[in-house]
Amino acid sequence: MSRQSLTKAHAKISELTWEPTFATPATRFGTDYTFEKAPKKDPLKQIMRSYFPMEEEKDNRVFGAMDGAVRGNMFRQVQQRWLEWQKLFLSIIPFPEISAARAMPMAIDAVPNPEIHNGLAVQMIDEVRHSTIQMNLKKLYMNQYIDPAGFDMTEKAFANNYAGTIGRQFGEGFITGDAITAANVYLTVVAETAFTNTLFVAMPDEAAANGDYLLPTVFHSVQSDESRHISNGYSILLMALADERNRPLLERDLRYAWWNNHCVVDAAIGTFIEYGTKDRRKDRESYAEMWRRWIYDDYYRSYLLPLEKYGLTIPHDLVEEAWNRITNKGYVHEVARFFATGWPVNYWRIDTMTDTDFEWFEEKYPGWYSKYGKWWENYNRLAYPGRNKPIAFEDVGYQYPHRCWTCMVPALIREDMVVEKVDDQWRTYCSETCYWTDAKAFRSEYEGRETPNMGRLTGFREWETLHHDKDLADIVKDLGYVRDDGKTLIGQPHLDLDPKKMWTLDDVRGNRFMSPNVLLNQMSDAEREAHVAEYRANGTKVA
Amino acid sequence: MADITDQKTRSFPKIEFTDSEAGALDFPSSKSRTYNYYKPAKLRATMYEDVTVDVQPDPDRHLTQGWIYGFGDGPGGYPKEWTKAQSSNWHTFLDPNEEWEQTIYRNNSAVVRQVSLCLENAKRAGAYKNWNHAWVVFIQRNLGAWMHAENGIALHVFTSIQRSAPTNMINNAVAVAAAHKMRFAQDLALFNLDLSEADIDFDGPAHRDVWQNAPEWQPTRQTVEELTAVGDWGELLFATNIVFEQLVGQLFRSELVMQIAARNGDYITPTIVGTGENDYARDLAASRSLFQLLVRDEEHGAANKELFGQWLSVWVPKCLAAAKALQPIWSQPAEKPITFATSLDAAKDKFRSLLEDLELDIPKELDQ
Repeated sequence: MSRQSLTKAHAKISELTWEPTFATPATRFGTDYTFEKAPKKDPLKQIMRSYFPMEEEKDNRVFGAMDGAVRGNMFRQVQQRWLEWQKLFLSIIPFPEISAARAMPMAIDAVPNPEIHNGLAVQMIDEVRHSTIQMNLKKLYMNQYIDPAGFDMTEKAFANNYAGTIGRQFGEGFITGDAITAANVYLTVVAETAFTNTLFVAMPDEAAANGDYLLPTVFHSVQSDESRHISNGYSILLMALADERNRPLLERDLRYAWWNNHCVVDAAIGTFIEYGTKDRRKDRESYAEMWRRWIYDDYYRSYLLPLEKYGLTIPHDLVEEAWNRITNKGYVHEVARFFATGWPVNYWRIDTMTDTDFEWFEEKYPGWYSKYGKWWENYNRLAYPGRNKPIAFEDVGYQYPHRCWTCMVPALIREDMVVEKVDDQWRTYCSETCYWTDAKAFRSEYEGRETPNMGRLTGFREWETLHHDKDLADIVKDLGYVRDDGKTLIGQPHLDLDPKKMWTLDDVRGNRFMSPNVLLNQMSDAEREAHVAEYRANGTKVA
Repeated sequence: MADITDQKTRSFPKIEFTDSEAGALDFPSSKSRTYNYYKPAKLRATMYEDVTVDVQPDPDRHLTQGWIYGFGDGPGGYPKEWTKAQSSNWHTFLDPNEEWEQTIYRNNSAVVRQVSLCLENAKRAGAYKNWNHAWVVFIQRNLGAWMHAENGIALHVFTSIQRSAPTNMINNAVAVAAAHKMRFAQDLALFNLDLSEADIDFDGPAHRDVWQNAPEWQPTRQTVEELTAVGDWGELLFATNIVFEQLVGQLFRSELVMQIAARNGDYITPTIVGTGENDYARDLAASRSLFQLLVRDEEHGAANKELFGQWLSVWVPKCLAAAKALQPIWSQPAEKPITFATSLDAAKDKFRSLLEDLELDIPKELDQ
């Protein structure tokens, strides 16, 4: 279709809307934002007549590649270290995708602009595409990869696992609470515009380096839909900016959305890329270097900063602090160590680290070895059952961490942990911003203004609470993370598939698992203060 | 010849053969190659089930920590209270069309090709020049008005519903219905554009005034607007796909346009409108299946039947009034091979048959 035809076609399609006079659409999802003064902004044009064949062509390429991968024995060269992490990632990501579809009517309800409604409805179909194409990719992995355990229980594991719950924010956050906070700022302005770059571009690139070219095939195809979504989000953002009353809410939501996306996505994707790869070329970009390119330069400097010309205060401090956490505070390394500490309650296997890995980490993150090297050497030493407990129950100078009540990634940068009594409960937070999110932002009043539509933090937010004071073997069994012989664990702290070297329920029995938050709330004031001081001072004792 | 001695050394990852194919080793779970967290409807799981079931989690199934965000005035996630209809297991519903990514794009692309080819051929053949004036006006006014209804239902009925139902299977099926409606509405609008450019006496923008003001279309517009105002997703789906589409949608598309176009020298419009009929047949199959499950629910079937009876008592009169208001348009074409009474009776018969499938009482208004 020529540009002129496209413009005419789009103008004709815009005639389909009308101003209702008998009844107006039900407002199921409220917002505290107002769009009374908003100018109508026109997002990227999309016509179904061109949309469906375009997507069909993209699909044909994806499915052709999938057939080719199977025929060409791609799995002869796939690194197990890499594909194991896909058991976690691909269990999480279809839910955020489908949640993005579900979020579209929330934005439609909230924004009185028929031009945008059309684009949002097309995005809804895109997201159904993304969710189901990713489930299908995972099915292929389950069928073709040497170890299907973990892929085979994927959606159940996602729903009952501590890491699945962390990832679930990147989904529930799109569909709950204030319609604009959720479906625009959190989903589109931050998650899609900033973090899909690392999720859907940087990480698949690393997959290719590890012998898997299907992840880039599928996810680059997914990413090619994102530019339209980004356009939808930007249009709504500009409409919101037209009304001064929205400014405090936008600034609140940018702070929350930026920080939560950083906490969740950088934890997961940073770990997959840094600890899931076997590609240790010194000139291969580290996650920090990728982040600098994709997030700091492409998003922060090119997208967020120009918003200042509209008078919006950008959360510079939080962007810089996210960068600081990644480069100086070891955020990704702490998360990887935490995942590896918890291996018995994982549904994927985590490889040991070698001297080559150590050298690469030291090159990319000077000082890495002195902080983490000893722990990974202990991980290697304790990898097999028989003579020792799982590493979480051995004295390797690592204290099981408190979980952040807000982002649910533990408070791993221990000196930054915030402890406060909120809603009559002692809660721990990874950072001041996560504390602010719970105590100030997700409330019915914000800076003296009523915000009845803002969401609430709910649910059993500390996963460990559900399993407090139980035997580790019983927890693993209850979760269903056991292989089909009824005794061997799905999660293993190594990649050796020799059954004699794999941990069983009997090997982990006898270790009681305690919830840090339950224990914290049982402490006297003095005990708690001492405990918190010690935690902040030295969570990682030198063994 | 290029100098190859001074080229930069390229860095690239090294391929390593890992023998990580399925079947390379025997160990616990090495043959566990099906999704094991749900029970497929038949012995072997379908592709549709594998890519759809449990992607939207549920505290009644595997979701142990519950929904971690709530609304300001209530719980988050997908509360079952968002409809008055009840089910002892919402997850029983599976889309009979088994829609997922590939089917959505294959089916709709096939329709796009069919419509595009038809319109190209019509242009080449100068097909519109043979239309009589009365038929041109009929299409200009009535097909033009109808496309608004399709678009409104796409954006404010089906798109809206797919946020609300308690399972991924229901929500995805409804999302596909939204895509159908949006594509069909746009096809009608672009057909209108073709006609505007066809060198015939066709008033392209006239549809807006007809939809907004013509007396025969106001009860239809009113009903569509009232549908969009319904908050209960179950009622919205029932009122739209079971009642409105039968008594108004099919009446206009199947029992009028499809029956009379050829006699008025138009072989283009039925090809396009037929795609909308085909979409509806698929979407109705999903709705029929869902509401059948609900009326046959051992625990809640009786209450659901009573509820659906109440919904019928609200929406059948509105939709019949909209249908009857459309009667004058049956007289507008030059060739009138079918009467309004015949068309309405045919639509009512199909509606009765659908209600029998759903084991619901036939509303008395249908006999009047």
